Amino acid sequence: MTTTKMPTSTPLVEVQNISKYFGQVIALKDISMRVGAGEVMCLLGDNGAGKSTLIKTLSGVHGHDEGKMLIDGEEVRFNSPREALDRGIATVFQDLAMIPLMGISRNFFLGREPTKGFGPFKRYDSAHADRVTREALKGMGIDIRDPSQPVGTLSGGERQSVAIARAVHFGAKVLILDEPTSALGVKQAAVVLRYIARTKEQGLGVIFITHNVHHAYPIADRFTILKRGRSYGTFEKSDVTREEVASMMAGGEDLENLSSELAEFERTDREEAKDRHDGKRRTRET
Amino acid sequence: MATATRPLDERVRKTGFLRKLLNRPELGAVAGAALVFAFFAVVAGDRGFLTSTGTISYLEVAAQLGILAVPVALLMISGEFDLSVGSMVGAAGVLIAIPIAEFGWPLWAALLLAFAVALVVGFLNGYVVVKTGLPSFIVTLASLFILRGATIGFTRLITGRTQVGGLKSETEGSFLTALFAGEIGGVPVSILWWVGLVALGTWILLRTSFGNWIFGTGGNAVAARNVGVPVNRVKILLFMATAASATLLAAITVLDAGSADVLRGELREFQAIIAAVIGGVLLTGGYGSVIGPMFGALIFGMVSQGIFFTGVNTDWFQVFLGAMLLIAVLVNNFIRQRAARSR
Repeated sequence: MTTTKMPTSTPLVEVQNISKYFGQVIALKDISMRVGAGEVMCLLGDNGAGKSTLIKTLSGVHGHDEGKMLIDGEEVRFNSPREALDRGIATVFQDLAMIPLMGISRNFFLGREPTKGFGPFKRYDSAHADRVTREALKGMGIDIRDPSQPVGTLSGGERQSVAIARAVHFGAKVLILDEPTSALGVKQAAVVLRYIARTKEQGLGVIFITHNVHHAYPIADRFTILKRGRSYGTFEKSDVTREEVASMMAGGEDLENLSSELAEFERTDREEAKDRHDGKRRTRET
Repeated sequence: MATATRPLDERVRKTGFLRKLLNRPELGAVAGAALVFAFFAVVAGDRGFLTSTGTISYLEVAAQLGILAVPVALLMISGEFDLSVGSMVGAAGVLIAIPIAEFGWPLWAALLLAFAVALVVGFLNGYVVVKTGLPSFIVTLASLFILRGATIGFTRLITGRTQVGGLKSETEGSFLTALFAGEIGGVPVSILWWVGLVALGTWILLRTSFGNWIFGTGGNAVAARNVGVPVNRVKILLFMATAASATLLAAITVLDAGSADVLRGELREFQAIIAAVIGGVLLTGGYGSVIGPMFGALIFGMVSQGIFFTGVNTDWFQVFLGAMLLIAVLVNNFIRQRAARSR
């Protein structure tokens, strides 16, 4: 295809005019995007815009119906998440990343357990697992107390961070993060964003899915905005402001309508509160 | 813990030894077993509960349940139930007895047949569960009735009765009889089988990759599958293990008694689940141990024999069992909430 799009180097992952249909439903239509090493590509879109479908296609959960998917410039088609993993594409799903009742190190190595010994004495090497987990997390700036403590005792941000550290440790080249910050508080979200920045510094490509512009804008290099299954466009950060991105994502008019509606709510709330206050005073007086 | 050497994180609460102990899945069952033992030692100590005969009698009862409870617990940790183990005990017993008594098969061939059929039944249970996505509770409830009914039907068809006896003369003196129903130094081998299986189950659960997959499968099957755990294979293998353990128990009881009964193993499926739950295995999967169910089975054995020693009407045994189950579930809920509590 055209190399003019990306003159500097071959992108790690590129999709060209991808479409995906579920029966009559057009979930994705003609989507193109790419992410290179050391880049954060932010995929923005409202609910139902097709973000999930796109990442499920990239992570091998289901195939695409039209278009091309390229890894390191080579056309591929994934039949399972495992195949995507083997090509270095790791996906961290919002809720499904970790198993809460299992220990951190057991979670970290789930599916790729380190073993020692031979034949019937081949066994899970928990000392090694604990040590590597502790080091990998330390490298990302998280000092865990006890690698065998259940993941459920970690905060949401730490959990996401462990999942990211795991993907990095097992050689991911491209990290797909599905709404990693949406369920988190401000501080926790900052922890995860710092992590994403560190991952980028390590030369990984990051595809960051979110609907929160405030989380996306500081660390993204490029934005692709999805709307109702179609691409609204891809923008370099230098070309757009945060407000422009937010407005494109929600649809400018919608947002303006919303703010006037909110103002209206606020006004009626104030009045009601005032009424209640007056009423209370009146009852007390009688 | 090494927290003292590191700068203390302000979010970390110091956890004491007791608190750590409370987070072990086995704790409730170990404490319960100690309590039950103390109770009967006081109440029935002078009536034979503490003698070696008394001890072996309750250990044997515990072993028969404990053998089933090991794979049942592993299966529950992986998030599934097998309600067909009790029927499998009856079916396997008849599968061992009829070929010997009616067709003159050698013992080894009959045992081979029983284990082979059990593995097929276990595979089918697992296959139907993973392929249809139906709750295993329903699928194996169906196999509970199908197996029991087929056992009764075939046995009556072939022998005209529901019991197959007179095996002693055929099986006595065989090495295999000693392996399943012998004694070593006065200790029935069933107790050794039990201890051996607990050791094996614990090894698998805590020291192998497969054990990690069991936890992962039960904790969150989708997440486990996403990182490459063969979730379906884990479940099917564990269904095969429960059926195999039922056949082991059948071999032990048939060779010990010299007869098979189509109704043998009734209610065993629930007793095994009770032992597992008392032992701290979570009903919803993802959490538990094999040591815990061992103590669950021990409690079962001590109570059922202890009541006999105290002279209290044994009718009350089931009341006690039900109450124990309820308490165990409440304790487990409490422990799990603590373990999974996020800040």
